[in-house]
Amino acid sequence: MTLAAEPSAAAGSAGTRVRADVRPPRSNAWKAEAYHHAVLIFGVLLMMTPVATAFLSSTYDPVVIHNHGLQMGYGGNFASTYEAVLFEGSGFSGEVTGMLMLGNSFVLGLGFAVGKIIVSMLAAYAIVYFRFPLASLCFWTIFITLLLPLEVRILPSYEVVQSLGLLNSYTGLILPLIASATGTFFFRQFFKSVPDELLEAARIDGAGPLRFFWDILVPLSRTMMAAIFIIMFVVGWNQYLWPTLMTTEEGYFTVVRGIRQVMAVLYGSQVPDYNEALGMAVIAMLPPAIVVILFQRMFIKGLVETEK
Amino acid sequence: MTVLDAPFAAPTAATAPSRAPAGDPTLTIDGAVKRYPNGALAVKGVDITVGQGELVVFVGPSGCGKSTLLRMVAGLESVTEGEIRIDGRRVNEAEPADRNIAMVFQNYALYPHMSVRQNLAYGLKNRGTPKEEIARKVEEAAALLQIGEFLDRRPSQLSGGQRQRVAMGRAIVRDPAIFLFDEPLSNLDAKLRTQMRLEIKKLQRRLGVASIYVTHDQVEAMTLADRIVVLNKGEVEQIGAPADVYARPASTFVASFMGAPAMNLMPAEVRDGMATHGELSCRAPGLPDGPVMMGLRAEAPDLVGPGEGTPFTVEAVEELGAARLVHGHMGDAEVAILQDASYPRPGASAGLRIAPEDLHFFDAGTGKRM
Repeated sequence: MTLAAEPSAAAGSAGTRVRADVRPPRSNAWKAEAYHHAVLIFGVLLMMTPVATAFLSSTYDPVVIHNHGLQMGYGGNFASTYEAVLFEGSGFSGEVTGMLMLGNSFVLGLGFAVGKIIVSMLAAYAIVYFRFPLASLCFWTIFITLLLPLEVRILPSYEVVQSLGLLNSYTGLILPLIASATGTFFFRQFFKSVPDELLEAARIDGAGPLRFFWDILVPLSRTMMAAIFIIMFVVGWNQYLWPTLMTTEEGYFTVVRGIRQVMAVLYGSQVPDYNEALGMAVIAMLPPAIVVILFQRMFIKGLVETEK
Repeated sequence: MTVLDAPFAAPTAATAPSRAPAGDPTLTIDGAVKRYPNGALAVKGVDITVGQGELVVFVGPSGCGKSTLLRMVAGLESVTEGEIRIDGRRVNEAEPADRNIAMVFQNYALYPHMSVRQNLAYGLKNRGTPKEEIARKVEEAAALLQIGEFLDRRPSQLSGGQRQRVAMGRAIVRDPAIFLFDEPLSNLDAKLRTQMRLEIKKLQRRLGVASIYVTHDQVEAMTLADRIVVLNKGEVEQIGAPADVYARPASTFVASFMGAPAMNLMPAEVRDGMATHGELSCRAPGLPDGPVMMGLRAEAPDLVGPGEGTPFTVEAVEELGAARLVHGHMGDAEVAILQDASYPRPGASAGLRIAPEDLHFFDAGTGKRM
């Protein structure tokens, strides 16, 4: 899902860069141009064919897909498939609709992104602007947690969430993963690039630590926040293992889990709803793609330049 | 052998009385010491007062402690020992915002995400000043600095000189007891620097607010200051009016730092009240026998033909437009002299006519004026 959105954005910017930097002699211009386009078209095909196949196949009847494999034409069942995916209840209770799962995914994605931005900004603020004992040890301890991804510590994490009684709750889904070493690191680097004189001017202007943070640092970090927001939203949206473990109630299912759920055949000889699974995958892909497209410019700005 | 009759330590005509400001001083720095946690001494016990409406310039080479001292006054650096009083009130422990100061930074330190208007208003807003009063003060400052048309722009849309004005505006709206300028013109080009220098001086006169101005540029120091404080290695070398500091430098350090070109310094030997350097001899009554440093300002001697005055060999001539800087040897000392009338050729022999009152004597060991 991430793949579909990010490389296409990267391919777009790579295209303009090639055109700007390489100025071949006029006679060879069309050759170079054709070559560049060939590379780009190849890249687009590589990235977009699976997406297109998934979308087109989702418009067919599941029986056709079952018998003849994935389809590259338009099957005509677009409206009915997507209506079923979005609004038809499934699961044991029969009340889990695509919309509900989308909602859950949004809560998870937004909770992840917003929570991680808040926590990592505050952590970086403390590390960069306050002299407290063992500050750099604290930072490196946070940084080292990058070496311990969720998969490694999933059992102890589950144990903690379970003992706090947070299984099957949004809090349990979001809170344990809200600390972010990556985010803290990015914000630390950014804060370090903010000139000290700004802090000094603010102190003379009577801004205390909280006011300096809110009035000066937060507005200056806007592009940085957008960049982190995109990364973390996509990460949160795509979580699979964690929600699978933390939530057993169907009401907390996310879209990513839903794809698998659709494929699960309940009755012996029934053909799995391939079309709905593919449709669900397409729907699951859309919001991260939209977020990336909307924030793309700020995202790149936040990562490559520091506005001062 | 030329013997000059020396009315030793004659008062120079250029000596202007050091302006003693009336009333209680706005700022008193009393035995200020700054020791960093690693033991390094940046400021080694400094006593300075700044009178009401006075513009005092701290000047010195980089690392002399001038910026540290200013930041101690601002409250951005703690004071290890000694006391700093603003309007008679001890402020050692006060927050920068509570010291009634305003500071202009070298890189302006404007808030990049705020408009000029918001930049000016921010400090007042934090103090809880009523909205109408903020608006009035901002308009006043903007009119004074002629930045009214930029009020709604961002700092990034302004030129260096305009940003500098905004930075000063931010200081002015605060109505402080004292302005602190930390090398405010270093980021501007030479022409703009000269122009802004004059503007700062006029503005400071007009507002009549006591100011400290830190710079490493001795021309800036000379032109701006009511009084100059020359700092070296964390200690005060000399405090005085610009003309005084120039005419009677208190040490070889001040002599070589203030004035361009620097004062010529040459070792001399005193025996029986006569100081001698090669061909040059001068009565130096009251000086003890032994080695001394003899100082001579570049513009003091007259260049005359060979056989007259002290022999001088011309080696190189630098054209400055209005004058020429003539480098050469007098005995075995290298000497540079400023000439506006004559055009000597390199390699020529000449003479220097030196008036005895133009010679300065410094202790050979400590470098202090004798």
